[in-house]
Parts: sequence; C-alpha cells; structure tokens
Amino acid sequence: MKIKSQRDFWSGLMFLAIGVAFAWGATDYSFGSSARPGPAYFPFGLGILLALLGGLVLFKALTLESEGGDPIGAIAWRPLLIIILAITVFGLALPRLGLSCTLPLTIVLSTLAGREFHWRGVLVSCVLLTVGSWALFIVGLKLTIPLWPIYFTG
Amino acid sequence: MDLLNNLALGFQTALNLQNLAYAFFGTVLGTLIGVLPGLGPVATIAMLLPSIYTLDATPALIMLAGIYYGAQYGGSTTAILINVPGESSSVVTAIDGYQMARRGRAGAALAAAGLGSFFAGCVGTIIIAAFAPPLTELAFKFGSAEYFSLMVLGLVGAVVLASGSLVKAISMIVLGLLLGQVNTDVITGAARFSFDIPELTDGIGFVVIAMGIFGFGEIIANLGQPEEQREVFTKEVKGLWPTREDFQDAWPSVLRGTALGSILGVLPGGGALLASFASYTLEKKVVRNPRVPFGKGAIQGVAGPESANNAGAQTSFIPMLTLGIPPNAVMALMVGAMTIKGIQPGPQVMTSNPELFWGLIASMWIGNLMLIVLNLPLIGIWIKLLTVPYRFLFPAIVVFCCIGTYSLNNNNFDVFMTAGFALLGYIFYKLSCEPAPLLLGFILGPMMEENLRRALLLARGDWSTFLTRPLSAGLLIAAALMIVVVMLPSIKHKREEAFQEEA
Repeated sequence: MKIKSQRDFWSGLMFLAIGVAFAWGATDYSFGSSARPGPAYFPFGLGILLALLGGLVLFKALTLESEGGDPIGAIAWRPLLIIILAITVFGLALPRLGLSCTLPLTIVLSTLAGREFHWRGVLVSCVLLTVGSWALFIVGLKLTIPLWPIYFTG
Repeated sequence: MDLLNNLALGFQTALNLQNLAYAFFGTVLGTLIGVLPGLGPVATIAMLLPSIYTLDATPALIMLAGIYYGAQYGGSTTAILINVPGESSSVVTAIDGYQMARRGRAGAALAAAGLGSFFAGCVGTIIIAAFAPPLTELAFKFGSAEYFSLMVLGLVGAVVLASGSLVKAISMIVLGLLLGQVNTDVITGAARFSFDIPELTDGIGFVVIAMGIFGFGEIIANLGQPEEQREVFTKEVKGLWPTREDFQDAWPSVLRGTALGSILGVLPGGGALLASFASYTLEKKVVRNPRVPFGKGAIQGVAGPESANNAGAQTSFIPMLTLGIPPNAVMALMVGAMTIKGIQPGPQVMTSNPELFWGLIASMWIGNLMLIVLNLPLIGIWIKLLTVPYRFLFPAIVVFCCIGTYSLNNNNFDVFMTAGFALLGYIFYKLSCEPAPLLLGFILGPMMEENLRRALLLARGDWSTFLTRPLSAGLLIAAALMIVVVMLPSIKHKREEAFQEEA
C-alpha cells in the first residue's frame, strides 16, 4: 500500500491514536447510563468519534490521489528545539533566578533560534525587554514575580 | 426608545476616562500587530489575558475588542503598501490595493480602506445594538437540548466555512472538545485525565493552549521559512484624499461590502475573513465597467472588502455577546476573558452587566473613530515599524508569552505545558491541521458536556429529545444541511477554488 498524502496520513494516525487513548482512559471512570450519564460518558463517546474521524482521514490518505504526495517537508529542528528549550529554561529559572536574570537568559537563547545573531543587538534587546518587563509587569500590573535571584534576597 | 437609552448608557460607560484610555491602547496595539506580519490578534490577545486579572471587566474587554478591530485596520495598511497582508482578512485588499500603491495612488487606497471601514464599523455597531436584545430574548427560551444543538451548529458552521479539509477540521474540533475534558467532572466531582497531577484537575488553561499553539507555534513556523523580500512604498504616500471619481466609484462598494459583511459576520465561522473574500467576488460580479480593471488597482476592490471585513468583525460579536457562543478564535478568547473576570458568558450578560454590554458596544464605535483619526495621519510611523526586523521581534514575543503563562497561576507548571503545546502547534502546522477549530472546541467542550448530560437527564436518557424539540431539531438539521451542502461536488469544487485563490 502506498501513502498518497503524507500530511493526511500522519494527521489521521495522530487523531486515531489520541482518540483511542482518550476513550481507553475514560474507561477508568464511571460510565453511567444515558439516563444518568457519568463522568466517562462524554469523553468516551468523543474519543471513539475522534478515532473514527482519524480512520477516515487515514483511509483518504491511502486512497485519494493528492498533488505530489503532499509531503510534510523539512522540519525546522533548530527553531523548534531552541524555542522549546528557551521556554523550559524560563520556567525552571524564573522562580529561582528572578526576572532580572531569567529574561536575558531566555532572550539570548531564543535569539539563537533565528538566522542572525549579533551580540550588540541582543544586548540592547536584553536591557530594553528586561527593564520594560519590570516596569510593565512588576511595577505597572503588580504581578508577584520574583525580581532577583533567591540566593541574593535569602 | 429602549435602543437610545441603552446606547446612552453605553456611551456614558465608554466615555469614562479610564475606558477611553483602554480603548485607545487597544486600538493602537491592534493596529501595531496588524501592521506587523507574523503576529496576529489571537496570539496578542492570549498574551494580554494574564494582565486583565488586575483590570475591571469592562475596560479589559474594551481593550481586547480594540485589538481585534484595530488589527483589521493595520492589516490593510501593510496589504496596500507592501503587498504583505498583516492579517488574513486583508489578503484580498492586497490584490488591488497594492496595484494602486504602485501607481502612486497609495493615499487614495488607504483613505478608501479607512473611510470604508469606519462607515462599516458605524453600521456594525448599530446592528449589534438593534439585534442583540431580541436575540437574547430568544436565547432565554433555550433549554439544555437547544443549547447543545446550537453549539453543534456553531462548531459545524465554523469549520464548513473555514479553509482546508473538512474531516480534518472536524477532527480538530473533537480534539479540542477532548482537551476540554481534562478537568474535574462538574456533576460527580471526579478528576478526569489528570494523571494525579494536581494542576491538571482544574483543567488546562486555555491561555496555555492559545499561547502554545498560536504564539509559539507561529514563531517556530515563521523561523522555519525563508526570509521574504519586501518592497516598501514609503515615500510615495501623498495625496491622501481621494478624488471625486474615487468617491463616486467607492461608495456603492462600501454599501455592498457593509451589508454583506454584517450578514456573514453573524454566521458561525464567519467574521472578517469570509466577509472580505465574498465581498471581492461580489464586486467583481457587480461592477461591470470599472474605471480601472480589477487586479490592476480598482478602488472598488479595496473599498468593498475592507468595509466587509470591518462590518464582519463587528457583527461577529453578536453570537458571542447574546448566546455566549464564539464564532471564531478571537471571540473564543473573549469568552475566556469574560470567564476569567467571573462573568458567565450567555444571554444573561445583558441584564446582569448592562454597563459591560452596552459600554463594549459603544466603545467599538468610539474605537473606530479613534482609528480613522489616528491612522490616516500616522501611516508614516506604522510604515517605519515594518523595518523592525523579525529577529528583534520574536524574542520579545517569547518573553511576553512566557511571563504571561507564568503569571496565570504564579506557577511554572503552566510554562512547561505551554512548551508542550508549542510542539503540538508546530506539528499541526506541518500536518496542515487548522488550529482555530481546536480552540473553539476547547472553549465549548465543558459547556457542551454539561448541556448534553442535563438534557439527557431531563429526558430520562432518551436521545430523541434532541430531535423532538422543534428548536433543537431545527438547529441540528441546519448543521447537517451545512455539511451536506459543502459535500456536494459542485460546491466542493468551488470551495476548493476559493481557498486556492487565498493561498
């Protein structure tokens, strides 16, 4: 069997897997009856529905001809991994290092995801964004975000 | 004269200094993101949601609404000047608008777009004010079965009119509904799909989903694409005021665009995008002998779609305000914003929060006025902004999104979840699965479940209740018809053609 559309094939598979996972997970909860539907009633039905829809997408991907096989194309690994890393680092660092150190770290990291990297521009962004965020979020909106590393303030 | 009294209350609220300031801020920010390609209103509103915790509900919603219609204005500016539609709804504006700019008539095109949008915005505001009360009354007659069927219709409508594969779009809705099932069951109190993680028992925050998929997913996708070459017409914007011929040509198009946009905006899945496409098609059919042919810089091709998209943006507030059912992703975020502020969206908003309801409507008119006063003189500044390279822009977006998700619950769990949804967003992008239906499904999921279960409980488990109650049956039949009509071969072909033009 030949895959006629790559994108549809993988999306169909994704929907099918997620649908089955949700329906299976729902069996842990009480199903109830249609007169008294329990917590599993709606998610179980939806999971089955999603699995069926996924199967339909999959079926179409294997039977209907598409232009040039509809390839997924190159995956932008570099931006993908770096941006996700930057978000994770932000989440780990903020409660410990505070806004003043976390933002420059996140900015330098995420800029690496782009094509160009000039230290001068990055430093300017770091200063502007960090001071700006402090003014906007901590002073202006009074959000309770730590500003300095906990190791300083004790 | 209830209408006048209501509008008076609205203007009283909207003209309060604080509310004026937020309307101003929202419209300016909206224009800004409309001008900047690669940053849409969905991501921006998601980014700002955490900040509204400290605001009152009325200024918060006024600001968010301002972002939405401000973005329509800003999007048309870039479409005309650099042939890059800042917003998807200004894609058709770029066709004739850019040609006008190349002929040195950028000023006239911008003015036609601005004045047309302003007129459409005024009409849209009046339509909301006139039609919201009767619709609200109708909504009060709805029981659980009707609400469930209405949501089915809303969701189906949203994807029938959207682009791309129908089956995939419906799958995305169901996936969204399922993600909305990660929570604590409202009726029995059982925690579902939480894997014993306490943060998950409150459900996944929709800000987390919106920012991960729309904010970060878009950044990753943008960075993966080759850089584009832009040709900017900065120096040639002069002679802003259109000539008498321009006015003669443009005003019928503005009227047609406004009428069409107002109708399409109310439909689920409609709103600005569909309105502008339909209007351009209509103009090409109606205007037999344009002074300048379409595609070569016809002012009708700018005035019509621009009026239509603004009218559609306005009237898409109607289902959100009266029924609590969002017709598109931006409105889904507005519903979320209301929930954050402790307001249950639905027909009761008009009576329980009249200042909010009418103030929001009046502020849209004021915001439109601000936009026209602001934008025409400030076009030069917006154009300068276009020269800000993306490499400065996207780290700023990353930082704001991160701070936003963290401050939701002052908890880094949400930040990690957002990272997960960023990955998912990129996967959706690569598999060409449109993410907007997922957000709609996610917002409506819990409401749908509650109404379904309540309706079944009331009918003693009899599923036919959805078909024996006439209103509910009508809504379901309408939903089924929509799917059937789209599946018809001739229409299917047309639909695909229309979206090919878009791409």
